[in-house]
Amino acid sequence: MSVEKPVVSLADLCSRYEGLLVPDERQGFEGYLISPDHLISFCRSLRDDVGYDYLSSVTGVDNFPAEQMEVVYHFYRTTGGPSFNLKLQVSRHNPVVPSLVPLYPGADFQEREAWDLLGIRFEGHPDLRRIMMWEGFEGFPLRKDWREPFFEDEAKPFKSRWPDGQVIRSEDQNPYKNNVRYPNDFDPEQWTPVGDDALYKGMLNLSQNIQSEFKTDQIVVNLGPQHPSTHGVFRMVVVLEGETVLSLKPVMGYLHRNHEKIGERNTFLQNMPFTDRLDYISSMSNNFGYALAVEKLMGIRPPERAEYIRVMMAELTRFLNHIFSIGFLLNDLGAFFTPALYAIEERELILDVFEAVSGSRMMCNYFRFGGVARDLPDGVLEKIKELVNDRLPRKLEEFERYLTKNDLVRIRCEGVGVLSPEEAIALSAAGPILRASGVPYDVRRADPYSIYDRFDFDVAYGLHGDIYDRYLVRVEEMRQSLRILKQVVRDIPEGPIMSGKPQYQARVPPGEAYGRVEGPKGELGFYVVSNGKPNPWRYHVRAPSFINLTSLATMAKNQKIADVVAILGSIDIVLGEVDR
Amino acid sequence: MMDEDRLSREEFSIPVELQRQVAIATLDKIYNWSRRNSLWPMMFGLACCAIEMIGAAAGRYDFSRFGTEVMRPSPRQADVMIVSGTVTKKMIPTIVRLYNQMGEPKYVIAMGACASGGGPFKEGYNVVPGVDRFVPVDVYIPGCPPTPQALLYGLIALQKKIDTESIKTARWYKKEPSVPIPIPVLGPDLIDPRDLSAIKERSQKKSQEEPEAATGDEEGIVHVS
Repeated sequence: MSVEKPVVSLADLCSRYEGLLVPDERQGFEGYLISPDHLISFCRSLRDDVGYDYLSSVTGVDNFPAEQMEVVYHFYRTTGGPSFNLKLQVSRHNPVVPSLVPLYPGADFQEREAWDLLGIRFEGHPDLRRIMMWEGFEGFPLRKDWREPFFEDEAKPFKSRWPDGQVIRSEDQNPYKNNVRYPNDFDPEQWTPVGDDALYKGMLNLSQNIQSEFKTDQIVVNLGPQHPSTHGVFRMVVVLEGETVLSLKPVMGYLHRNHEKIGERNTFLQNMPFTDRLDYISSMSNNFGYALAVEKLMGIRPPERAEYIRVMMAELTRFLNHIFSIGFLLNDLGAFFTPALYAIEERELILDVFEAVSGSRMMCNYFRFGGVARDLPDGVLEKIKELVNDRLPRKLEEFERYLTKNDLVRIRCEGVGVLSPEEAIALSAAGPILRASGVPYDVRRADPYSIYDRFDFDVAYGLHGDIYDRYLVRVEEMRQSLRILKQVVRDIPEGPIMSGKPQYQARVPPGEAYGRVEGPKGELGFYVVSNGKPNPWRYHVRAPSFINLTSLATMAKNQKIADVVAILGSIDIVLGEVDR
Repeated sequence: MMDEDRLSREEFSIPVELQRQVAIATLDKIYNWSRRNSLWPMMFGLACCAIEMIGAAAGRYDFSRFGTEVMRPSPRQADVMIVSGTVTKKMIPTIVRLYNQMGEPKYVIAMGACASGGGPFKEGYNVVPGVDRFVPVDVYIPGCPPTPQALLYGLIALQKKIDTESIKTARWYKKEPSVPIPIPVLGPDLIDPRDLSAIKERSQKKSQEEPEAATGDEEGIVHVS
C-alpha cells in the first residue's frame, strides 16, 4: 500500500506552512484555513508526507450575507485516527478554487456537486458539469439567497401552515400555480434544451484510438434511467465496442430531492425523519450518523442503555442491508428474484423488530439527540435474542451454502470489476468496496464512535477487489454483526433511554461538527454547521453510495456490458442516498 | 367473483343438465374479469416506496395472489404503472414518455405521499408536487411509504374500478386515436408544453410588475448555459 512512509508529522507540516495556514479560531470550529494558492502544494505534502491519503468529504458553505463562501475538506488516514479539516474562504461573487481531482480523484463528484448546488468553480476539474440538476437550470439552489418556487419562510415551523384554521397552499401563492420559477421575460418557445449530445460526443472522442482486430463501430448506449438493473432511477452512459465497455459515465440526479435545502429550513429535530429517506433500506444507520453529529455539537452523550439499543439497531440494519443487497446482486447476475425472496424473508423479520420499536417498518425515525425515542417494548428483546442466536445465523449458513461455492456465481464474479487498493483509496471508496480491495478500514475500528470500542469483532476485508470479494466481505460482515449483536443482547443494561428531557426544539450552540458512522454502504458522514438558531445553517450529507460511484468508471472499463450490471450491483447503491 | 346466482338468473333459461357447466354473463363482466385478474405492473421503482413494492411482491405479502405478479420492465407490456416514489423534475420527462409508450388499457397508481402530492419533499426545488400534474392517476395510496398491505388495498381498489368499466365507453375503443401527453422540457425550470403561453404571459407580467426585485433576486447568480 501507498501509506508506508509518513515521514513528516502533521505539526511539522503545519509549521512549514506557518503564516499561510491559519487555525480556524471561530468558536466551535476547528481545523485550518488556507489560501487557494497554496492548496495544491499543501495537500500534496499532506497526502504524500503525512499520510492523509483519504479525502472523505468536500463541500461548501455559503456565509451569506457575508460576501464569502467556504470550501470544507475532511481528510483521514486509512491507517486510522481523527480527521484533518481544511477550509478555504473565497469571494461569493466569483468563487474559484483549485480542483483536488488530480491529487484525490475521489473529489470528482463532490466538486461537481458543490459547483452544481453552490456555484463554486473548481479550476482544473476535468469535467465540471452539473450533476444533480440539469445543464441549463437557473441558479445555484443551495446559496442562501436562492429561493425555491415554493418558498414560504426562512425557517420552519412556517407561520402559514394553519392560520385561523385555513390552509394556505404554496401552489396558490406561486404565480405559475406550480413548483416552478422562470427568469423575467422568459419565452419558453425560444428555449432549446441542452441535450446530451456533447456528453456522447466527448465520450466517443475519448475512446477513439483503440487498436482492434476488426473494424467495428463504437456505439453509445444508455442504461437507465428506467432500467431494471440500475436499482432505481440511475443512468449509465456507456461507449461500447462490440460487448466491451470502453468508457462509462454515470448520470444521476433523477431522485434529487433537495435534502440539504429542505434540511437547512428544518429545525434540527425535523431533519431526523428526513435522514430515514436517504438510504431508505437502512434508515437506522442514517439516524445514527445524524444524531452523532448533532450530539457532538451539543456536547451530550446518551445513557448506557440507549447506546446499546443504538448499536443493536445499527447492526440489525447492517445485516438487513447486506442480505438484501446480496439477494439483488444475484438478481443482477440473472438469478431472477428467487435469491431475493430468501433475502426478503429474513428482512421482514428484522422489519418486524423495527416496527415494534419505532412504529414504522422502513422509516423508523427512532433516534433522538441524547438517546432513542422509546424503550424496547415487552417481548422485543426476546425476539431479537431468538433472531440473533438462532434464526439469522442458521439462515446465513443456508444462504452461503447455496451461493458461496456456486460455480456460476464464482465464474461471473471472480476477477470482474477489480479495484486495486491504491485506486480504492484515491477514489475515496468506502465500506465493503474499500475493504474488499484489501484496505481494512472500518470507522468502527479506525475512529470508534458510540460504544464500539467495547465489542469484539473483526474487520472483514478481501484481497482481490472483485465482485466476489465484495460478496464475501458482506457475508463476513453479517457474521461479525451477529457477533456484536450477541454481545449486545447479553450485556444490555437497564436504565433510562434519554439523557435529560425529550425536547422538541434542540438547543444547539454555534459551531460545526462532522459525525460519521460506518453505515452498511460505507462511511456515512453528516456535516452540520450551527449558528445558534433553531435550524442548521449548513447540513451536508457525505453519502457513501454517491462517492462509491466515482469508482464505477474505473471498475467497468474494458469489462463486458453484462458484467457492468453486476458491478453496479456489487457497489450496492441506493438512489435516495446517491441523489439526496 | 362470478357467483352462480348472479350469473344464471331467472330470465336466462338454462336446461337443468347444463346448469353446472354453462354460465351466462354480460360481455363487460367477462371482459373486465379477465383484465382485472391479470394486471401486469411495470417494473419501475422511483424511491423508497419501490422497496415496499418489492416487499409486496415477495413471499409474505405476495401480490401475485391478485394477478399482479408479472412485472414487466418494458412499458409496452405493462397494464399499470405504479409510481412508487418522489417524482422529480429531472425524471418527469421519462415518466411521461413511459406512460405514452404503455399500450391501452393503462392505469396509474400513485403510491405514497410523494407521488400523490409531493409528500415531505413538496417544497423542494427539483420536486414535482404530484405525478397527477402530468399523467392521469387512477388510485392514490397514502403513506410514507405505504405498507405492502396498503399497496394490496390500492390494487384491489383498482380492480374495483375496472369492474365498473364498459366496452361501450372505454376510451381505447373510441374512433379517435389517443393523444399522447406532451413531454415536459427541462428549461431554466421545468416547462410544461401545455402551458407555454401562460408561462410567457406570466413571466412578462412579472418583469413589468417587479423589475427591481427581480434583478435583486438574480444578483450573484452566474448563468450556466
